[in-house]
Amino acid sequence: MATINAAPPQLLTMADLKGKVDPDWCPGCGDFGVLAAVQKALVELQIPNHSVATVSGIGCSSNFPGFINTYGMHTLHGRSLPVASGLKLANHDLTVLVTGGDGDGFGIGVGHFVHAMRRNINLTYMVLDNQIYGLTTGQTSPTSRVGMKTKSSPYGSMDTPVNPLTLALSAGATFVGRGFSGEQKHLTELIKQAIQHKGFSFLDIFSPCVTYNKDNTFQWFRPRVKKLEEDAAYDSTNWIGAMERATQWGEIIPIGKFYERTDLPTLEETEPVLDDMPLIARDLHIPEDVAKQFVEELM
Amino acid sequence: MSETFTLGIGGAAGQGVATPGDIFALIFSRRGLHLNAYNAYQSIIRGGHTFLTIRTGVDEVTNQGDGMDLLIPLNQDTMDRHLRLLTDGGACIYNADSIKPGEAAAGVQLCPLPVSTLADITRNKVAQNTLALGASLSMMGVGFNVLEGVFQAQFGRKGEAVVNENVSIARAGYEYATANFKPFARPLPMTDKRYAVLAGNSAMAMGGAAAGVKFYAAYPMSPSTGVLHWMAAHGRKAGILVRQVEDEIGVVNYTIGAAHAGVRSMCATSGGGFALMSEGLGLSAMAEIPIVVIDCQRAGPSTGVPTKTEQGDLWQMLGAAFGDYPRVIAAPLDIADCFTLMPEIFNVTDKFQCPGIVLCDLLLAEGRLSVDPKILDFKPHIDRGEMITSNGDAHDEYLRYKITESGVSPRAVPGVPGFTHVVSSDEHEENGVLISDEYTNHAKRRAMMEKRMRKEQGIAAMVPPPVLKGPPDADVTLIGWGSTDGVIREAIEQLAEQGIVANQLQIRWLVPLHGDAIVDILGKAKHTIIVENNYSGQFARYLRSETSFVANGHIRKYDGEPFMPHHIVEAVREQLAGSTTLSVPTHEVMV
Repeated sequence: MATINAAPPQLLTMADLKGKVDPDWCPGCGDFGVLAAVQKALVELQIPNHSVATVSGIGCSSNFPGFINTYGMHTLHGRSLPVASGLKLANHDLTVLVTGGDGDGFGIGVGHFVHAMRRNINLTYMVLDNQIYGLTTGQTSPTSRVGMKTKSSPYGSMDTPVNPLTLALSAGATFVGRGFSGEQKHLTELIKQAIQHKGFSFLDIFSPCVTYNKDNTFQWFRPRVKKLEEDAAYDSTNWIGAMERATQWGEIIPIGKFYERTDLPTLEETEPVLDDMPLIARDLHIPEDVAKQFVEELM
Repeated sequence: MSETFTLGIGGAAGQGVATPGDIFALIFSRRGLHLNAYNAYQSIIRGGHTFLTIRTGVDEVTNQGDGMDLLIPLNQDTMDRHLRLLTDGGACIYNADSIKPGEAAAGVQLCPLPVSTLADITRNKVAQNTLALGASLSMMGVGFNVLEGVFQAQFGRKGEAVVNENVSIARAGYEYATANFKPFARPLPMTDKRYAVLAGNSAMAMGGAAAGVKFYAAYPMSPSTGVLHWMAAHGRKAGILVRQVEDEIGVVNYTIGAAHAGVRSMCATSGGGFALMSEGLGLSAMAEIPIVVIDCQRAGPSTGVPTKTEQGDLWQMLGAAFGDYPRVIAAPLDIADCFTLMPEIFNVTDKFQCPGIVLCDLLLAEGRLSVDPKILDFKPHIDRGEMITSNGDAHDEYLRYKITESGVSPRAVPGVPGFTHVVSSDEHEENGVLISDEYTNHAKRRAMMEKRMRKEQGIAAMVPPPVLKGPPDADVTLIGWGSTDGVIREAIEQLAEQGIVANQLQIRWLVPLHGDAIVDILGKAKHTIIVENNYSGQFARYLRSETSFVANGHIRKYDGEPFMPHHIVEAVREQLAGSTTLSVPTHEVMV
């Protein structure tokens, strides 16, 4: 297969990252802020958009790849991580961003979420968490609070919500953070760090649903979120400390980088087949002497 | 088929049936003989009943045959189950210390080995197997020195002492048999040919490697796990990335992700795992990302009989994923074809950017066959279709799903400057923008459906129609698909000996089916019978739905075991005599 030519050196701008269509999210949706923060992060990091793949599942926030000009994949509900993992392993030169919602990632896709983290594959997974199913017009989600009334839980949600951060920490994610769509600058910084992190980076991002979630609104979050970065004593290399902060919820909800470890190799680094070149650059035919050996084994 | 020699070795799982089986297979293939091996077993690691049949001969051996020449029971259970398979001229070699022979047919030679006097059984737990191996070779007229080389290959890694111990035990068996037992009427022949012996699973894995597969994902599931094992053992040497992932939903989606990056990518499973992959197949079709999925059928439904064969997944394949979409489904005809089919199907799926299914079954997947090593061609023709892998001309408006006459749109892979686009499971416009959320558009939806479905015409032109084999004016035409090819062929030889002329139409490409060509052939047939390994006649129903053709009769088997030639012969005879139109042969041996 022909090799991929290097891009002409050109400065990446916000305009370059504009998708073919404008987002169709409800006016005021938290997802706008996340999209803008991702675009800003890519511009600030100057990662050419042709070398970025944005992979999503299904749901409001999973329409994300259509609104940003990169190589986009809008896959199946809950399956963004396996698709993104296959893509990354076949061409590890790409920067692979994965986006989706809480239903997509913590409901139908939670099995893939856990396994992707324990593999430490170099993906950046951003869950635009609105604690509700939006595109299906308002049902309880894995992060809905107990007692939340929705169309599918008219008497209040009964299931204990998933804590995405403690789940990620216990599954072995090597970068765990939480952002808020209403804190643009902070979120952009967090996304930049997550992209630059070598290994699986996970960001749970509060992205309020202005139509169906009347409990967890921008107004509800704003006074509660407290940046970990403002706490000089906070050590994001301390896993136990991260677990403690991750369980804090109520009047104070921490956001920021909870945890990062940089001493573990990524899956791509561990896999010798990927040592010399990405899979897509490999010769289609396997070497003659190797093929000969495979046949001789059978004789 | 010329004369063949069949031996059966049976015992409980864990008693060591596999090792003498491998040794016999190696001896036969090194003698330039063809062979076909089939292992009947259960989903158990220790215990149960395992029965390995190896049939060998100078010509190609297409199936396990009907009878048996040599039985080696490693326990009483095997003796009790299988002794009656032996007919005049056959022999049974067994451990006289622990196994009592049953009632044998006239002319069957019972060969008791005094195992505890011939070998130190406290030292070597499988001494009875090795003694029987030596005794067998003596009776087959094979020189003893062959064994030394084979033991070296088999046990060399364990050290010289292990090799020597096995050689000396086998020699004791060999010499005892030479002195006490009557050799078989015809010594085992020998040719100057050399064959490779492999299972269908290895063949499909190697075929994939030859086709240029660079990514393989799997979740273990019998009887497809052998593909994963070959890939895991050889992937690093071949430059193939092999991943075992969390479940089959993950498997198919990893495969799609890697294929989208631009590599040839495949996965394998069985019916239950395939059910989980169904939605992914639709994604492959809708996003136009080519993948190949192997389904090794086992007896269903549900968990079914994991270690038994069936051709019961056809309608699952035909109905996999919702909506209409182009795809190909092919059933390999034998183990050699498990290899050769892979590059062929990849060329179709790449060219038409659609999913392809290899519909294999346990009989081929886990069976073993000798093949001419020339068939294992690692430089097959590869056609990757229209791909854009370098930036070329600058594109202001690249249309990933450009509407074309062929239905195929040039595919840019991620990483190429100037061709960014979105691929989607949602319906989309030519440029990838969704026509499902913000707005819908019936005219665009129709055009896009028609674009995708137009690929079917190109696929049909690329895939050859089936060919009738045998005399065109035969008394009866036997129709089969996939793995029944060999057994039907032998049944036809047996029918000819009985004065019944039969021909054969074996289907390899199930989708596209080439219904017109099939009806053209079958319309001229005198009497048509469809042979298949399932209850409801899945292929018969498919053929009828596609062509309105109804066969005169059916031979079906759904007990988990494959057909033996005589099952088909007897069924054809009763159907030609007019006594029935549906025959369900009984499998006579309890395995």
